[in-house]
Amino acid sequence: MPTFEPESFFLKKYDLSSSSLESVMGRVLDKKINYADLYLEYTTSETMGLEEGVVKKVSKNISQGAGVRAVAEEKTGYAYSDDITLENLMVSAKTARYIAHAGETQNVPIVKYRSSPHDLYPVETAPIDIAVEEKIRLLEKMDCIARACDPRIKKVMASYASEVKRVFIVNSKGEMSHDTLPLMRLNVTCIAEDGGRREVGSFGGGGRHAFSFFSEVLSDHSGSRFEYYAKEAARQAIVNLSAIDSPAGPMEVVLGPGWPGILLHEAIGHGLEADFNRKGTSAFSGRLGTRVASDLCTIIDDGTIPGRRGSLNCDDEGVPTSRTVLIEKGILKGYLFDRQNAALMKMPLTGNGRRESYAHSPMPRMTNTFMLAGDSCPQDIIRSVKRGLYAVSFGGGQVDITSGKFVFSANEAYLIENGKITSPVRGATLIGNGPDILTKVTMVGNDLALDAGVGTCGKEGQSVPVGVGLPTIKISEITVGGTA
Amino acid sequence: MAFSLDLAQNILKEAKAKGATDGDIFVLQGESFEGTVRLKEIEKVTNARGKSLTLRLFFGKRHAITSTSDFTKKSLDALLDDTCRLAKISPEDAYAGLPDAKVCAKEIPSYNLFDAEVEGVSIDEKIEMAKRAEQAALSADPRILNSEGGSIGHAHTDILYAATNGFSGRYKASSSSLSVSPIATENGQMQRDYWYSSRRKYKDLESAESVGAKAAERTIRRLGARKVATQNVPVVFDPEMAASLIACLGSALSGYALYKQASFLNDCLGEKIASSAVTIEDNPTLLDGLGTKPFDGEGLPSIQKTILEKGILNSYLLDTYSGKKLNLPSTGNASRGAGSSPSVGVSNFHLLPGKDSQDAIIASVKSGLYVTELIGFGVNTVTGDYSQGAVGIWISDGALAYPVEEITIAGNLKEMLLNIESVGNDFSPFKRISSPTVKISQMTVAGSERV
Repeated sequence: MPTFEPESFFLKKYDLSSSSLESVMGRVLDKKINYADLYLEYTTSETMGLEEGVVKKVSKNISQGAGVRAVAEEKTGYAYSDDITLENLMVSAKTARYIAHAGETQNVPIVKYRSSPHDLYPVETAPIDIAVEEKIRLLEKMDCIARACDPRIKKVMASYASEVKRVFIVNSKGEMSHDTLPLMRLNVTCIAEDGGRREVGSFGGGGRHAFSFFSEVLSDHSGSRFEYYAKEAARQAIVNLSAIDSPAGPMEVVLGPGWPGILLHEAIGHGLEADFNRKGTSAFSGRLGTRVASDLCTIIDDGTIPGRRGSLNCDDEGVPTSRTVLIEKGILKGYLFDRQNAALMKMPLTGNGRRESYAHSPMPRMTNTFMLAGDSCPQDIIRSVKRGLYAVSFGGGQVDITSGKFVFSANEAYLIENGKITSPVRGATLIGNGPDILTKVTMVGNDLALDAGVGTCGKEGQSVPVGVGLPTIKISEITVGGTA
Repeated sequence: MAFSLDLAQNILKEAKAKGATDGDIFVLQGESFEGTVRLKEIEKVTNARGKSLTLRLFFGKRHAITSTSDFTKKSLDALLDDTCRLAKISPEDAYAGLPDAKVCAKEIPSYNLFDAEVEGVSIDEKIEMAKRAEQAALSADPRILNSEGGSIGHAHTDILYAATNGFSGRYKASSSSLSVSPIATENGQMQRDYWYSSRRKYKDLESAESVGAKAAERTIRRLGARKVATQNVPVVFDPEMAASLIACLGSALSGYALYKQASFLNDCLGEKIASSAVTIEDNPTLLDGLGTKPFDGEGLPSIQKTILEKGILNSYLLDTYSGKKLNLPSTGNASRGAGSSPSVGVSNFHLLPGKDSQDAIIASVKSGLYVTELIGFGVNTVTGDYSQGAVGIWISDGALAYPVEEITIAGNLKEMLLNIESVGNDFSPFKRISSPTVKISQMTVAGSERV
């Protein structure tokens, strides 16, 4: 992409100058404010959807705005507006500092340009700048591929979405940072029908890549990425046509590699976000240095993997992202921090202060969260199970941070009987307790995989793109919520 | 500068001059405030002003949608050009189009949805209300030692819609809410719950003391929660959770799910899909309802409809497009959001109250589950398969006995709806999706080993 010049882009676009930004920061600050920042965002996005063989909903959206934040110890004042004018920024600044008593207004010289050590998404042409016709053709091809998989595939729905987000952050330390973030995603859902029974299958992928990412030929599959997505969705729908009711009750469970890493995100990740731990509201509060997993488990949050959906050059507070060890050989090692919580807990920054947009204030969030590979061969893991469940794909998950209880729902799972994968099962939700589920991990495979790039995480009403990853693992017992 | 209907008409006029055959404009302008206190101190104050303009243009059977939050003339001119360009290269869709002028609302009732009074309440007063609510929870029981805080919020939305079929309308609506989320600790177990009040008008909110006390009661009763054995039993959904069931039904009745054959309720019009205890209305005209509105997302008038009558499916939920796909007229359920074409949404979607009190319903269960919270995404609208994480209270011999957690409840929505054995009389008309207590005669509860 052409180099993004924040000076010319934001300042010229909104008729601002560095001295006007200094005065906005100055308006927020007084002696009782520890930290303040101004976040300017300009995002363009596009979406389109195919159903019944036709691309129907072509849309393009522009979203711009500015958020001003003041932090005084545990208190946060936040104000935002989508009219970016100096006058509005000043009003926002005044509102944001409501949380502290008014003091003298002073100017904050912006001295330091803080650049990130990372360049994780060096995309020449942003996907959004590729002709719409190409995207329409891509969706049409996926429709044909999915339908050609099996005559029982009756409906195919495919969607494409991409965006470019430009951000510019100025803070009360006099630091200025910026980033340009491309992001795209392709999804397919198939409905298969056989003898009056209907079942669904979905697959998708994406990341912070160039548009050509979708047509790259995969080394381990016959065909390109988009073909693989379409075939996977069709395959899953057909598999589910012969699924039997899921068993109910506790059993041994094997999770497949990749997307089932959503287990880590729900069971562990949220509970390790610093805000909950500072407030003592997480089931993991006060457990740093203690055993929370079997010694086979090492879990990482890494925002620096090139091109991944959860990766960022710097977080939404201008802090470069990093690789954080959350759990090392079963011992809880670290939390995920934003600036406010790192300051309050006197801990180093990890680059996990994220926000959905200018309309939200930052909080600690995950980036790409995964477990490191172990030694076991995946086939041996399956063979070791007498009666259990093998879950390879999931819908969404959710956690109650305070009680630690989490759920995630399988959309492709099988019974394991006497060491062999047998019938597919439908409607299985797994429920467990975050602080002890990983102590029950008895085998870890050598096949770590990251997900294909479709994850979105919700917290307190804010959605951010994330990634997960997992090798094949065996959990000695988890409650399976089926009906049989 | 506030956006006006005149400006909207001008843009549509320009679009026509550029060759568009039809079009519409949907503008949302909003302001909101939220204040959170935690452990008696202010934690966060947020003030927001936001807006969006969504433009949809048709060139014959081709169309495209664009949106922006930048209302400068330059940006809107560029948006208009972009929309024309995108629409012309979009594939044809024979069903696309605006509703006929004759089905659009002829007058726009006020319904008194705007809360002007809240403007007279200072930030300090609002924060004080949140503090009182949290304090009521903190002081209710010595085991409540921590809190996720008390929160007060309100929002105003100004909605404007104009289309080339001649319809144009505008209304302002408000909402206020107060919530508390206490945390209780006992024997090393920590539990969180919450309670809230949400109304159109600030002055109608439940008192801070009552919201706090209810939040405390709900939290304390979760202490000591345990698993139960896997078994098939009757399940009683409290009104909040019963409303989530009704929401699943609403999704399955959406015209978009139906024409894609992606609903377990496909081809069920006129059939008995739920027990005779179930009558559901969608009523956008209800006084003070949070789903009340004077016209839908395509300018159709607000009309009270019975969706299910004694278990018989009377009506789907349709907008113009999904209606055409199913060869049915719109039911006035078009819903709009920034940047997207119309979709289907409910207004005030209510399972009407029955005769039994909640106590009587619980008393009818020898052994079963009273559900107070559900987590997860284990609902499959295509098949009706339902499996959700649950928290609640075990019912023994007709009385609430002890709290339970780390369990799931599972079934299939088709059977669950038919197995609704009783519907309570404990109903709140102010929530958008609302239900009394509901008892389902049997579901699978999964927990520890079957006994």
